[in-house]
Amino acid sequence: MDMRSLLRTLEHATVRDIALVCLADALVGASFGAISVSGGLPLWVPIVLSVLVFAGGSQFAAVGVVLSGGGALAAVVTGLVLNARLLPFGFTVADVLQGPWWRRLLGAQLITDESAAFVLQQDRPQRRRAAFWVCGIGLFVVWNVAVLLGALAGGLIGNTDALGLDAAFPAVLLALVLPSLVDRRTRTAALVGAVVAVAATPYVPAGLPVLLALVGLLFAGRPAAAGGPEGAEGAEESEGSREPEAVAAAVKEEVR
Amino acid sequence: MMPLYAILLLAAGTYAYRIAGPLLGHRLALSERLRHLLAVAAAVLLVALVATGALTQGHGFAGWARPAGVLVAGVLAWRRAPFPAVVVAGAATTAVLRLCGVG
Repeated sequence: MDMRSLLRTLEHATVRDIALVCLADALVGASFGAISVSGGLPLWVPIVLSVLVFAGGSQFAAVGVVLSGGGALAAVVTGLVLNARLLPFGFTVADVLQGPWWRRLLGAQLITDESAAFVLQQDRPQRRRAAFWVCGIGLFVVWNVAVLLGALAGGLIGNTDALGLDAAFPAVLLALVLPSLVDRRTRTAALVGAVVAVAATPYVPAGLPVLLALVGLLFAGRPAAAGGPEGAEGAEESEGSREPEAVAAAVKEEVR
Repeated sequence: MMPLYAILLLAAGTYAYRIAGPLLGHRLALSERLRHLLAVAAAVLLVALVATGALTQGHGFAGWARPAGVLVAGVLAWRRAPFPAVVVAGAATTAVLRLCGVG
């Protein structure tokens, strides 16, 4: 399995889209490194987080909780709730992760919103497999190098508040989450959660308000599927891929 | 502070989510309702982080400069501005407001 033949398997447009997504994520990664270190964390923290966790949203979330004074466990729980969406992605791309056990174990680390989305855009098994590995390996390399460079740059920044860098962190998260708020019930749940979190901030230990926001899930409603939840049983194949397809659309949107 | 054990816990848990599908894919399927809840939970947490990160510092109000910067960034992101422009405009707004004496 060499990279050259994987690249040949893919259509030209797909390779270009993957490159553009890598470029966009490089900017997110560099901001992650810079914000973490300029916020006061040691250089190794964003770097080790990026290699071992390799999930941007949860990395930002965990660091955000810690930088706002929250405990390490609150940071872990927040990151784990956030990453729970990788669970369905794992089931979605399971078919491309065939082969020797070590390749499956390594490949699993490369499952991200982006790689799952690119797998879903492909129809033929060969191309699904190629899209997964090209996107996965490309993103892993680009993301970690970008975080390292950002972290090094972040160490050079003196007064972060004067530069408004404390606003950059919520700004990045807002840009990341905005596409998923087109769904009305997701929006309602998120708004309720945000109000609860802000209202609770003066009274509970740091880190906890964000977790309390999960009461917003009471407003999440049912999946947008036609028919009831009972009707979903028979049509597993098409039902199963709905969420990652939304991500695929979002990734395409981001590429333009 | 972010101790190493916390990073390892987060990494191990995240890897468990990733490997579950490839290991168990043939034997069980997730319900559509659970998939939906997981997706919404991610959005709820991110928006809560945006709100508390923009408005609060410690147990109090962060001042007006920061939420104003985040608001500018949000409008730009909504208008599909490129990612670097969104982040730089947000930080610059906050920085300029502070320069003008807004807290």
